[in-house]
Amino acid sequence: MYLPSGDRRLVVTPQLALRVAVLGGVALALFAIAFFRLWYLQVLSGDRYLAEANNNRVRNIKVEAPRGKIVDRNGTVLVDNRTALSAQVIPQRLPADTARRNREIRRLGTVLGIKPAVLQRRIRRESRKLPYSPVTLKTDVGLDTVFYLEENQTAFRGVNVRRVFLRRYPYGELGAHLFGTTGEVTKQQLKEGRYAGVSLGDRVGQSGIEYTYDRYLRGKNGASRVEVDALGRPKGELSVRDPLPGKQLRLSIDLAVQKAGQEALASFGRPGAFVALDPRNGDVIGLGSNPSFDPNVFAKSLTRSEYKRLTSPANGAPLTDRAIQGLYPTGSAFKLITSTAVLESGLITPATVLFDGGSLSVGGLVFKNAGGAAYGALSLVRALQVSSDVFFYQLGLMADQRGGDIIQKWASRLGLGHPTGIDLPGEAAGLIPSPAWRNRLFRKHLTDRPWTPGDNINLAVGQGDLQADPLQLAVAYSTIANGGRVVTPHIGLRVEDETGRVLQEIDPRARRKLNISATTRSAIMSGLRAAANDPGGTSAPVFSDFPITVAGKTGTAQRPGQADQSWYAVMAPYSDPRIVVAMTIERGGFGAEAAAPAARRVLAAYFGIKGKKAVGQAGHAPD
Amino acid sequence: MHEQAHAPFGTAVQPFAEPRSRLLQLDFLLLLATIGLIVFGVITLNGAITINSGYFVSRQIAYGVIGLVLMLVVARFDYSRFRELRLALYGAAIGLILLVLAAGGVTRGSRRWLELPFLRFQPSELGKLLLVLALSAFVLERVRRRSEREITARIMLLAIVPTLLVMVQPDIGTGIVYIAIAFTVLFIAGTKWTHFAALGALTVAAVCAVLVVAPALGTPVLKHYQTDRLTAFLHKDNADPKSEGYQLKQAEIAIGSGGKTGRGPKKATQTRLAFLPEGHTDFIFAVVGEQYGFVGGAIVLSLYALLIWRALRILTLAKNLYGALVAGGVAAMLMTQTFINVGGNVGIMPITGIPLPLMSYGGSSVIVTLMAVGLLQSVYVQARQAARAKQETIS
Repeated sequence: MYLPSGDRRLVVTPQLALRVAVLGGVALALFAIAFFRLWYLQVLSGDRYLAEANNNRVRNIKVEAPRGKIVDRNGTVLVDNRTALSAQVIPQRLPADTARRNREIRRLGTVLGIKPAVLQRRIRRESRKLPYSPVTLKTDVGLDTVFYLEENQTAFRGVNVRRVFLRRYPYGELGAHLFGTTGEVTKQQLKEGRYAGVSLGDRVGQSGIEYTYDRYLRGKNGASRVEVDALGRPKGELSVRDPLPGKQLRLSIDLAVQKAGQEALASFGRPGAFVALDPRNGDVIGLGSNPSFDPNVFAKSLTRSEYKRLTSPANGAPLTDRAIQGLYPTGSAFKLITSTAVLESGLITPATVLFDGGSLSVGGLVFKNAGGAAYGALSLVRALQVSSDVFFYQLGLMADQRGGDIIQKWASRLGLGHPTGIDLPGEAAGLIPSPAWRNRLFRKHLTDRPWTPGDNINLAVGQGDLQADPLQLAVAYSTIANGGRVVTPHIGLRVEDETGRVLQEIDPRARRKLNISATTRSAIMSGLRAAANDPGGTSAPVFSDFPITVAGKTGTAQRPGQADQSWYAVMAPYSDPRIVVAMTIERGGFGAEAAAPAARRVLAAYFGIKGKKAVGQAGHAPD
Repeated sequence: MHEQAHAPFGTAVQPFAEPRSRLLQLDFLLLLATIGLIVFGVITLNGAITINSGYFVSRQIAYGVIGLVLMLVVARFDYSRFRELRLALYGAAIGLILLVLAAGGVTRGSRRWLELPFLRFQPSELGKLLLVLALSAFVLERVRRRSEREITARIMLLAIVPTLLVMVQPDIGTGIVYIAIAFTVLFIAGTKWTHFAALGALTVAAVCAVLVVAPALGTPVLKHYQTDRLTAFLHKDNADPKSEGYQLKQAEIAIGSGGKTGRGPKKATQTRLAFLPEGHTDFIFAVVGEQYGFVGGAIVLSLYALLIWRALRILTLAKNLYGALVAGGVAAMLMTQTFINVGGNVGIMPITGIPLPLMSYGGSSVIVTLMAVGLLQSVYVQARQAARAKQETIS
């Protein structure tokens, strides 16, 4: 009931007292709730919220550590770093509203000169791959653009500019196939042990030397704790941990030899490759493939069209490293292996004389010498010198008749048919054709015929199904050169600090020691010396005037549907080989025509021979 | 007061004490709570604003001084005279709110203020006070015989008109305060419990209609941002800094990180680095929480408790029913605003954009709230004078 009205003095009736008490009770209850909530938030959960508040304001900004330099054996810098600014976006910090987000991306596209659709796609793809990590939109952004982005931070939410180190290759195409690339670590890689200590968004070696020696080259990133406001603007640095730069890697490569090899290859304008090996320890002094490319394109992210250009067979697939991936028959350069096999297995002795009448008929097939030559009666040394095919055909036939896959076994022992173990990823295994191999294929109907003696005859002179790369051939020649040690080729020489002080030697031991008798070795060495020096020797026109006595073997590989491939494998000096060079040039003709003159230029660079003596004339001897 | 009446020499000293006692006749505890909150508000404001804090602080001090002067003026007045002006007061309230709708300025999507030379005047703030005075008077207007149901319905209708008008602005928070004022005035005036039950049911039905039925029928009454606001405190993990959920989360972090004794203005990173939005207005309580911790928050809450206790106490002392109703209306106004604001800050209630009385930055709110406190003081002063007069007649 309503209280009596009027200006009469208020009487506090029990009804009014009750209602005021109810109001007071409600107020009391509400105050109690507020107090307890406050108590809960501040006294009971204060530490947790304090942590959240700090988490809000503190950003750990990665300070990228520069990767170590890569230098050649004389200390010449082959790979170093330059700093660049890269525009990144953190997808989670972009405006949540689709229209605003799209507007921002459109604006970004205009500023960076990239189509908005491309940006959208890149952000989507990258954030699917690595959620919560910044997506690089453009590496190497100009200073003007950077200033514009920083000044208009509110219009570009989630966008930031980071200083990054990009690899720089001062010598361009020189050694391009060795170094490999660096790139952001993948989610898969993060699970691997070799990437311990790497975190999302770090750049690691992804191929080549960068991959193999990533552990040393990779530095340790520093961190800067920065206080930011609600818009992400930095307000001050709280603490900083300096980055530790990566260690310097010294390669066994000699830039002069590398340069000579690549230039020699390039001068023929055909695909090819070379390897220069120190037969005593497996140091790779030079290793190159033609056509080459400028690795500087990999410093930034590669465009699709560039990648196509680098892998297209029409351009000779410049990315392919033919020195370790180019598989070809080696032609007569294989005769070193056949010789070792037949001598060591006792099939013949250096004194055994066989008759070369210009051809050999087996089972209705006629195997001829190249160029229609006939060398008459000859022993192994002479056969190597003139590269008598018929002599070696007979050895192939004899080996086949005797059984036991002598040639195949020795080819494998000397380093063919399996990776050599070089410290470059992606090495090919190659193939040594054997009866078991062909008959297996035949049983599976993958080939039209089983093994025949003709296969072994072809193998004896390095033709047919044999597949080897220049590195494997260089290892085989090194083994003969050093008297039986199968070296593990390696490019990494040692790990150093910035001043060049040695921190760790990289010294892969020889994989195995073969029992190769001194007579075998000397017979082969004599044959190869004669081939390169004595009249009638296949490469004598190229090397007879070379100031240093070498021992080398030409090869001319017949490849179906292509002009002959030119090969040359050489050891120098003859008396005590310190370098083995294996050189091949696709469609280069006879070994003496292309590969041998190219190899001479490599040797000249190694021995410091300059001027006219460095370049020999090409020979025309078939082999 | 009654104690004073029994005091020895009470009447003998009265004439001489008259000039001095005029001021001392104010309710001292109420004055203490008022000034305490204003001062605490200015101190907090100084730490809450990082850019151009001098401007805001000096203006807030000016508003406080003007408000205190007006409070004293109102306190000297006999509030009973407002009863006769009820129609003018009510008309003024409606007129001002309509004027805003016609010519007001827009802030964050709502049309709430009129541009005056010294301040952005929010008529809906003054409307609270006018409504307290007018509704209290209308309740007492029972010259003609009416049934109690008619009175209740009439008062609610009178309250709903301005409520709907401010909700159109849109300003839901002020609408809630208006309804709370009307309910409390009716409650103190003695409306039957059954009427309250019916009104309560109606309110629930109306809220359901607005929040559930209307959107389901495809004609939402509330704008999108309003629904977001009202439901944001239920999902605070929204990462979008522009969202209400994010703001509430930041407020919660700010308060929580204050801990027992606070981080102080220098280390209060939530405030200083602008993670906490609107630290000087809607979220000033969160700033108190971060900078002065549980101790600071408890002091502020205690001052509000003191304020409301004194308002209810003055209600019971009033010389007439009108005074009691006015005091009840003012108490309701202060209570509703305080709890809705603090509740929003500590994350247990929706954010409705209601300023924290006497502490949030803003001239209209500070001045009107101080005038409302002035009314309370007036009721108190009048009660004392009436008691003294009675004492004199008795003696």
